[in-house]
Amino acid sequence: MTKFHKKLWIGLLVMALLTPLGILLPQRFNAEGAWGEWGIDKLEKLLGFVPEGLKKLTDVWKAPIPNYNFGGEGASKTLQVVSYIASGFLGIGVCVSIVFIISRFIAKHGK
Amino acid sequence: MHIPDGYLGPQTYVPLYGVSIGFWAIAQSKLKKQLSLKHVPYLAMAAAFSFLIQMFNIPIPGGTTGHVVGAGIIAILLGPWTAVLAVSVVLIIQAIVFGDGGITAVGANCFNMAVVMPFVSYGVFKLIIGKSEAGARLAVSAFLSGYLGLLVAALFTAIELGIQPLIATGVDGRPLYAPYPLSVAIPAMAIEYLFAFGVVEGLVTMLLLKYFLKHERDLVYALSGPSKNR
Repeated sequence: MTKFHKKLWIGLLVMALLTPLGILLPQRFNAEGAWGEWGIDKLEKLLGFVPEGLKKLTDVWKAPIPNYNFGGEGASKTLQVVSYIASGFLGIGVCVSIVFIISRFIAKHGK
Repeated sequence: MHIPDGYLGPQTYVPLYGVSIGFWAIAQSKLKKQLSLKHVPYLAMAAAFSFLIQMFNIPIPGGTTGHVVGAGIIAILLGPWTAVLAVSVVLIIQAIVFGDGGITAVGANCFNMAVVMPFVSYGVFKLIIGKSEAGARLAVSAFLSGYLGLLVAALFTAIELGIQPLIATGVDGRPLYAPYPLSVAIPAMAIEYLFAFGVVEGLVTMLLLKYFLKHERDLVYALSGPSKNR
């Protein structure tokens, strides 16, 4: 690993430690989720109904760590923060592993 | 900008899966010729970077949140086809593991953020930078590259959501999937990306490019000659 690589990896680890800003700042400024990504409950409030097709597809997949949160909806703020950082590290790990696996098949050797 | 499951009907998400798979196939064969072992760590870091930067939700006080994608700076540094691969990997992990973006919408989300965005960003950068690399021009090119890349990606997202009421309604005439028409979806998304998230993406792109030019100039794909085989 070159010195420059090392610097970049450290930068990524620092980013992971800072990720909770991504949930704390929106809470601080009363900002909701992204436009067009509402959950079923919110959608029912907005429209007065839930579109039929949307209702059928919405739970087609149960993600193991929904919303980067290990504690589910009622999780304490501390648990949310810890989950978010842990998700950041997990994300780094999974991204890097998958890229290395894919690269084994496509990268050129000897250059 | 991650479309969840249920917001797109099969008439939209199936074709977009097809388009994204097509781009992945081309990316794979392009990278087979271009990607050297030396660049693999950068590809891994690029994916990790995009994953992390997307976790920083930026609030519009009292409004919505959005985030930077990083596809523009990755396209400038490592080339647009590398960006297609790196950002697609991120989006697929987000959908499967974290429920961020739908499984049915993976094709659409990859098309918007991992295909449209890197190519728009790369094209804008090359177009504006031209043959000069002077400071101000470089900064403007990089800023607009990130800004417009994210903006156009948001526009595609808004169009995909906004056409749903046109193509799929139930017997009672109510929309089956994303409920808001183009006339609502496009302004709603355009405004927040024009004035908030796009600006941040532009700044991130500009600052990171400056950093890499200072420390590892040879890496920057968009500024290396076409003759240079990488």
